[in-house]
Amino acid sequence: MSQTKLPEAHADAPEPERRTGELTLRELGRWTWRQLTSMRTALVLLLLLALVAIPGSVIPQSGVDSLKTSRWQSDHPKLTPIYEKLQLFSVYDSPWFAAIYILLMVSLVGCIIPRTLLYWRAMRAAPPAAPRNLDRLPVHTSYDATDPPAEVLARARVLLRKRRYRVLDGSDQGWVAAERGYLREAGNLLFHLAVVLVLVGFAMGGLFGYKGGVILVVGNGFTNGLTQYDDFDPGSLFDPSSMEPFSFKVDQFDVQWIDSGPRQGMARGFNAHLQYRESPDAPQQTYDLRVNHPLKIGNTEVFLIGHGYAPVITIRDGDGDIAYSGPTVFLPEDAGFRSFGVVPAYDAKPTPIGLQGWFFPTYISVDGNPMNLMGDLKNPAISMEAYVGDLGNDDGSPQSIYELDTSKAAKVTKADGSMFRVDLSPGQSVKLPNGAGSVTFEGVERWTRLQISRTPGMHLALGGMVAALVGLLLSLFIRPRRVWVRADGHTVQVAGLDRSTAGDVGAEVEEVVKGLRQLNEPGPPGPGEKEPA
Amino acid sequence: MTNQSWETLSNQAVAAAGIVYFLSLLSYLVQWASLRKVPVGRKATVSVGVGGLQAAGLDTSPVAGDGSTTTNARRVEMTGRLGLILLGLACALHFVALLGRGMAADPNRVPWGNMYEFTLSGTFVVALIFVVARRRLGLDWAGPIVAAVVVTLLMVGVIWLYEPVAPLTEALNSYWLVIHVVSAVISTGGFTLGGLCSILYLVKERKGPTTSGYLSRVPEPVVLDRTAYRLHAFAFPVWTFAVLITGPIWAHQAWSSYWNWDPKEVWAFITWVVYAAYLHARATAGWRGRNAAYLALLGMATLWFNFIGINYFSTTSQHSYASGAPALTSAAPAHR
Ligand code: HEM
Repeated sequence: MSQTKLPEAHADAPEPERRTGELTLRELGRWTWRQLTSMRTALVLLLLLALVAIPGSVIPQSGVDSLKTSRWQSDHPKLTPIYEKLQLFSVYDSPWFAAIYILLMVSLVGCIIPRTLLYWRAMRAAPPAAPRNLDRLPVHTSYDATDPPAEVLARARVLLRKRRYRVLDGSDQGWVAAERGYLREAGNLLFHLAVVLVLVGFAMGGLFGYKGGVILVVGNGFTNGLTQYDDFDPGSLFDPSSMEPFSFKVDQFDVQWIDSGPRQGMARGFNAHLQYRESPDAPQQTYDLRVNHPLKIGNTEVFLIGHGYAPVITIRDGDGDIAYSGPTVFLPEDAGFRSFGVVPAYDAKPTPIGLQGWFFPTYISVDGNPMNLMGDLKNPAISMEAYVGDLGNDDGSPQSIYELDTSKAAKVTKADGSMFRVDLSPGQSVKLPNGAGSVTFEGVERWTRLQISRTPGMHLALGGMVAALVGLLLSLFIRPRRVWVRADGHTVQVAGLDRSTAGDVGAEVEEVVKGLRQLNEPGPPGPGEKEPA
Repeated sequence: MTNQSWETLSNQAVAAAGIVYFLSLLSYLVQWASLRKVPVGRKATVSVGVGGLQAAGLDTSPVAGDGSTTTNARRVEMTGRLGLILLGLACALHFVALLGRGMAADPNRVPWGNMYEFTLSGTFVVALIFVVARRRLGLDWAGPIVAAVVVTLLMVGVIWLYEPVAPLTEALNSYWLVIHVVSAVISTGGFTLGGLCSILYLVKERKGPTTSGYLSRVPEPVVLDRTAYRLHAFAFPVWTFAVLITGPIWAHQAWSSYWNWDPKEVWAFITWVVYAAYLHARATAGWRGRNAAYLALLGMATLWFNFIGINYFSTTSQHSYASGAPALTSAAPAHR
């Protein structure tokens, strides 16, 4: 398909005013187009696409895991600026990645359209007439028949039709031509068109969809709206006014812990009981949100993707007033749910107080060091450091709720200057040294992390992929082939031509010969038979 | 039977299957050795197409004549048949091993929760495809290679990848996963067999025609090329189904987005693209034959790299087999 025709016409009509190798702009354009839509180019582009997809699988991608990416970036200060220039942290959104697949798409469309026209004509065409010399074909055979040629050919027509060939009758010239497998090309076209559909669907999701995450302490509610999300990743053409007005509340969260066997300590059976309304005035419904079982509201879906603990901590300031109280989300650091968090009491008097440190679901002490045994709440404890002074919330700069700015604050130590830690079990309190205040660990609540997303074009992509598979099956397993039978005097010639790449038309020709002879003259083959060659 | 005894049964069955595969390999090797002395009784009818697969297969018909050749030929036939029977037996034991893994888990489940089990399943499929499609595709000559590959991979699995039976993590608990993995395993088996054919094609093409030894029993390059193509053409749609249909459906349920550019997904896609290129190459003048075979091998390399290698290279795969749950997404899946 990629072979360009030799320019025979040029040899016939040379254009004297042009030097060899010179092209007009139009010819250059045509040449480029022909190159671009050739199968060899498609092949190279396909391989190129595979090649450029590799960096993204080795370098952390900010769109896939932003935490890992920023860690990697701070570990590699020299490489980071270079990688950033090359957009290696977002390979699959980068212009150069897009350039390749857009070229591939153009090549694909440029290849499909002319082929569809060709195919349309070929679909309705009769099989081509028998070539003059059947023995020039790669697979052919012949035998001597006693019946008159007309009868042999009539039988051939019946036989070939039965074998689901489209038959062209050339009996008056001594031949029958047959062809089958027209659907192969249709399958091939369907496949390639469907690939375009899949890409359109995929692009729609990226442009018009969104994905957002929110961490909800059990008992809290959520109303769908931009401000409610902890992180929000909209497509570039996303329209916030199209967000569905649902709301829900996480009523309860269940989880089971495996306490024996090789997966001891693993959690399973996650179940978040939701109460939700599809719109403010819709009736309230309930749903058990589990992993692999998202809740679908309109075109938006809610997924359960994480969970953790939120210790309830109260901080009283130097005056004895409550400066902070409530469940605080701690982020798990490992599979055992040792979790890290910060508790800031910016309003404490005389100075703000901040805690930062660890929560242990099952605390044990090993040689005086705090350790965590497992994720289940068997012996919860917190072990945190306390800071007093300027916690940097005044200057208005954005701050993560999972980090404490301690650069201008003082770490709280005991009166003698030795280390001080807030180590508490539920129900316990501790006074901070120097009358700075006190901390109470009231108890533990749970949080769930929910992902909420809308992905338009998803069904288009899925449908396209299924269509592609159907097309693929047709194009791979339908074997288009042509068979010709010539009867001339007492010699019957049968030849076949395989038009697919899996070609094995020899067996088919043998079958046809066998069929013809069975109908013809039952009995062992005569000595005049020649092996197909 | 208790879960523990199912697990023990599975381990014993793996060991037994390994031994029987090895015996099968030995038997085939004896056949090889005997074949060296027998020139191929080439039939005149071996031609493009017509019965080519069978005719050019393991043709052990002796060259009529002196007695020693006949004994030798009988030995060739016997060892070949014994190799096949042993291979079938090993395949049955292999199945018992898989069954045992599934039954040992509580609740019972499909046996592919980790790399060890995936290796067990993948090699089983290679052996099974061989036993089932041997006649259709005229694969008899491939017996020793299949036995060798399967026994090697099983050994790798038992030595380096073994893990005790454990329940699946939550996200793996989906029937889409069953469909996804079954089709991934089947296509992996098909691609692997196809790749083996392509290797032989390249070797045979380089060596040129031989009249004795094992290679002479391997079909003509044309036939090898076609067999490789058929295996790939079988595996490619199954792979498409696995990684581009059921995979995304399941990923959407578990991770909220059907395509995440997760390294495992990226490599599954790369594999798909390379095999698509292979199919194109076979239809393109100038790429047909040797270049297409190289592409098939490249495809096999990406396939197996994705299965084993990426776990060691990548930083962010959600498809981690072994590691604990990632920090924030601890209810989120650790796939396979
Ligand atoms: C997204 C990129 C593409 C993919 C994944 C793809 C995939 C495939 C597959 C799987 C086949 C079946 C091979 C066979 O029937 O043996 C095929 C065949 C074919 N493709 Fe593509 N293709 C792509 C792009 C293109 C482009 C851009 C062109 C146009 C130049 C093209 C032209 C063809 C042709 C002409 C065939 C028929 C080969 C034959 O008759 O055997 N493909 N393609």
